[in-house]
Amino acid sequence: MQDYANAALLLTNYLVVPGIAYGCQLALGALGVTLIFSVLRFSNFAHGELMSAGTMFAIFATWGFQAMGLSFGPVPTALVALPFAILASIAVVLLTDKAIYRFYRIKRSDPVILLIVSIGVMFVMAGLIRFLIGPDDRTFNDGARFILKAREVKDYLGLSEGVTIKTSQAITVLVASIAAGLLFWFLEKTKTGKMMRAFSDNEDLALLSGINPERIVKLAWVLAAVLATIAGTLYGLDKSYKPFVFQQLLLPIFAAAIVGGLGNPLGAVIGGFVIAFSEVALTYAYTKFLAYTLPPAWVPDGLVQFLPTDYKFAISFVILVLILLYRPTGILRGKTL
Amino acid sequence: MSYLKGEGMTGGYGGADILHDCSISVDKGEIAVIVGPNGAGKSTAMKALFGMLNLREGAVTLGETDVTHLTPQARVEAGMSFVPQVRNVFPTMSVEENLEMGGVLRDGPLTETIEEVYELFPALREKRHQHAGELSGGQRQQVAVGRALMTRPKLLMLDEPTAGVSPVVMDELFDRIIEVARTGIAILMVEQNARQALEIADKGYVLVQGSNRFTDTGAALLADPDVRKSFLGG
Repeated sequence: MQDYANAALLLTNYLVVPGIAYGCQLALGALGVTLIFSVLRFSNFAHGELMSAGTMFAIFATWGFQAMGLSFGPVPTALVALPFAILASIAVVLLTDKAIYRFYRIKRSDPVILLIVSIGVMFVMAGLIRFLIGPDDRTFNDGARFILKAREVKDYLGLSEGVTIKTSQAITVLVASIAAGLLFWFLEKTKTGKMMRAFSDNEDLALLSGINPERIVKLAWVLAAVLATIAGTLYGLDKSYKPFVFQQLLLPIFAAAIVGGLGNPLGAVIGGFVIAFSEVALTYAYTKFLAYTLPPAWVPDGLVQFLPTDYKFAISFVILVLILLYRPTGILRGKTL
Repeated sequence: MSYLKGEGMTGGYGGADILHDCSISVDKGEIAVIVGPNGAGKSTAMKALFGMLNLREGAVTLGETDVTHLTPQARVEAGMSFVPQVRNVFPTMSVEENLEMGGVLRDGPLTETIEEVYELFPALREKRHQHAGELSGGQRQQVAVGRALMTRPKLLMLDEPTAGVSPVVMDELFDRIIEVARTGIAILMVEQNARQALEIADKGYVLVQGSNRFTDTGAALLADPDVRKSFLGG
């Protein structure tokens, strides 16, 4: 019995907790991709760099607060800095839209052209970010490290396994739930949110009903910037900030959006968790778990790891291919590419 | 003097002209129907009146105002409302949300107008929380017409409202359209089901190759042997 309890704690600690936190981060990223796709009708490859830029702004603001000698106890300074970072990101997306995307929108360019344009924006932004903050790995989480320590759980339960919950993980779940909740409330209940859905559903009819397209487009960018900044900052708090990871993060984020059903916000959230849990579960080494659950003679010698962590991006890729082959509209029916 | 008047409309989608000196008018409380063979420019005439294509010549007036150079959106604000033939609902939004979207240009609560639409189409009241994309063809047309009525238009334009619905549903929809006209709204319709449409029309236009061929009351056109022979199948 004790063995099974230990096994359960082990999985909670190494699979469930990190999976939920990572899932929240992916879900926020995928929500931004899905919103831009449903309103502007192209896959925004610059979304990863937008997350990166948002995080960079959050770090700058954090440094500013720290220079002023402000700190907020167990709460990471970056969380307080988040609103400032969001404002800066909104300025960035609105300027990019005005300077670049708008031109192609007026020309009524093909979605694939806009996609390629967004790849250009991605490279320029990536360069600017490295220029502004440098390519180094940065840790900016200055709050309390843990909410729950493994040792405390072990002592309390008298078991040999414990569960660790990092402050950053708890904050991720909390902030992501609030952000996603507000987004869904906005889309479902407010007039502007409904107009946005109407525009996404049937652009021509939205125009005939008198919905102002430029306003909806601007709003989509603002929402994407808010979500990207939150997602990036939470990811950076949880791990660390490395400018180059955001280009790699594009794959799981797009996979999440497509798996859930592109253009469907609820699907983006589901997709985020599907990808996150597949990644975590397939790269986890199950030896110790099996040692608790199987009779000693049956326990294998190896790591019992399906894939080394270095290959974790291959998982989103394979899921993406499978979904595109067998259910191209995603789990909840979205649009096909 | 008719409420909506398109006079001498000539133009197309950029290349060759589709409309040649085509004139269409309708007054408040009247039902005008445009019929004609395939490719006669019926839908194009409708789009020209609504500002969805550029006219090289001719003018469109609504009431006292010249709307020739207004965008479709501005024409909606001026009191025109258009129901496209296809893709005329927001499929993943509920029936009620579809109606709300019809009224976004209006200030203040929409409940009264929504209630009026439900009175006109009682079936929609039952399905108010269902997605418009999941409704039957006839009910979807009802949502489309209801959405267009939400702006409280003075002129309702319908592009083949009965395309792809059963005869029973068609009769029902025509009855509703007559009801709408009785409230003093001008109605202009393009119809494939020429005979049935002309039966309810105060005014009928037969277009051929982008120009007016016959113009008369609906009943007179139905009685006209020429029209019967060439367009109504005897």
